[in-house]
Amino acid sequence: MESVRKFGELHVPLRKDENIFYYGKCENVRDIALDYRRTILPAKKYFFRPVEPLMTFDTKKGYQPVEEDMDKKVVLFGIHPCEINSIRILDLVFGTDYIDNYYFNRRKNTAIVGLSCVPDDLCFCRSMGTDFAEDGFDLFLAELKEGYLVRVGTSRGDDMANGAKNLFRKPTDAELDEYKQRSNEILKKFTRSISTTDLPEILEMEYDSPQWKELGERCLGCGACSMICPTCYCFNVADEIALGTAGGVRKRTWDSCLFEDYALVAGGHNFRTNRAMRVKLRYLHKQKGFVDRYGRPSCVGCGRCINVCPAKIDVAEVINTIRGAVK
Amino acid sequence: MVKSDYLFQFRFEDPERAKHFTYRPGQFMMLSVIGTGEAPISICSTPTRPGIIEMCVRKVGRVTNHLYTIKENDLVGLRGPYGNGFPVEEMKGHDLLIIAGGLGMAPLRSLLNYALDNRNDYKRIILMYGTRSPQDILFRDELEALEKRQDIECMLTVDYAYDLPDVPKWHGNVGLLPELFSKVKLDARTTYAAVCGPPVVYKFVLAKLLERDFSKNRILMSLERKMKCSIGKCGHCSVGYKYTCIDGPIFTCWDAINLPEII
Repeated sequence: MESVRKFGELHVPLRKDENIFYYGKCENVRDIALDYRRTILPAKKYFFRPVEPLMTFDTKKGYQPVEEDMDKKVVLFGIHPCEINSIRILDLVFGTDYIDNYYFNRRKNTAIVGLSCVPDDLCFCRSMGTDFAEDGFDLFLAELKEGYLVRVGTSRGDDMANGAKNLFRKPTDAELDEYKQRSNEILKKFTRSISTTDLPEILEMEYDSPQWKELGERCLGCGACSMICPTCYCFNVADEIALGTAGGVRKRTWDSCLFEDYALVAGGHNFRTNRAMRVKLRYLHKQKGFVDRYGRPSCVGCGRCINVCPAKIDVAEVINTIRGAVK
Repeated sequence: MVKSDYLFQFRFEDPERAKHFTYRPGQFMMLSVIGTGEAPISICSTPTRPGIIEMCVRKVGRVTNHLYTIKENDLVGLRGPYGNGFPVEEMKGHDLLIIAGGLGMAPLRSLLNYALDNRNDYKRIILMYGTRSPQDILFRDELEALEKRQDIECMLTVDYAYDLPDVPKWHGNVGLLPELFSKVKLDARTTYAAVCGPPVVYKFVLAKLLERDFSKNRILMSLERKMKCSIGKCGHCSVGYKYTCIDGPIFTCWDAINLPEII
């Protein structure tokens, strides 16, 4: 692990409390919580920051770009396949049409070392096709009884492996068999699933379903689900004026479509004033809107939203109910 | 920056840039006023008259209120042009029916003047503009001058007209906007309709157009939503699965069918 520090500041999953984990700077490699399932905030916080200054302005110089250390190198260790897939989804969003350099500058300076995992009762990544990461990592470590089966994804990953040559060797046939066996066992461990077949169509058909109204009443509009979601990317842009001067900073912050003012325009008209409409928008966007625009659902089945919702709304349960609703 | 009531004109600091800047009718720009923030405003000038960008801005929120307080020749920030704009190439060789209600005249003025500047590219040009009262008419002088021209059928109407001391007397039509349809013969097969106005205008005008067998993709609407990034990322302007800032603001009636929340 220490050799990896050469490639950047090391950030790992750390334990905050009994079942609470977060990604943070690694002071001591013994602190790494290898058995974590999900962190509070997802890895997107490294590339798409919660608060991001975009530019400064004042009445004399106009609008100026922000000077920021874009060359800082970071290594993210221990990222699960669902998150690796979520980062690839965000790459699509920030890389299409207008390319977001704030995001990509950090992205290219961050190395990702993936780690395999075993699902718990909230995970449904298999249903979303994200329980396996084909690429998007520099190295991927799949746990075996003794050690890890390592996949090398990029040349940088190759450099990282070469930096600690004595830790790596070719796998034996028995170990390859063990990998396959574990893969089969993990398949059986999923207790939660949704079917995405025809889901965009079905969601559109159920547009006026009373289910949404019921959900709208339970939902508090707190936006927690958007904040901890690895693929939510809605943001707000606001100018902060420095007191006493004629200048300030324009900042980008995380936003949520569930907030009341999400579609509120000047003059007072709100295009989605009804909470049920906003909940419906979130589901429709993740499973239908995103599919129409980018070709795949943006949900990765990590289960964070189910874990964190104060109203105990369970996204898998909602989708299965909507699917099953027979008139 | 020059203004008169609600019409603002913007000049580039750098004349070189002014020469090369171009846009399409129907696009918008993000206007930044130092001290408040940014707001999306439609461009109401036409790209055929370059050098100056005109926008019709209503005083309705933080940014726009501040805009009204700054002085002539002060600096503002503009970013753009964004949006898809009207499909003017596709519309060539057809009749143009421009229907505006109230403030909806602003983005349509860009299309109207563009068409007039390229008069030979279009066949009939018909303008229907209805407002509540004569003092609500945008660009009143400009449009009343159009009534005198032979190459455009210009129909202005107001819902009601009272005699007021500082408003020029209204001699024109008094009646609701949709009623203008009975005064004109339209051939849906050769016409594109561009509509903009408050929701009630869309409701009645679209009904009239569909009654006359207009194809849904020949009916164009200019819509608006809350926008922050204007490049299809922040999510605020989403309508169904489309973004008003990149798939719009010009949508066809066909898009409206598939996007339930559009109007």
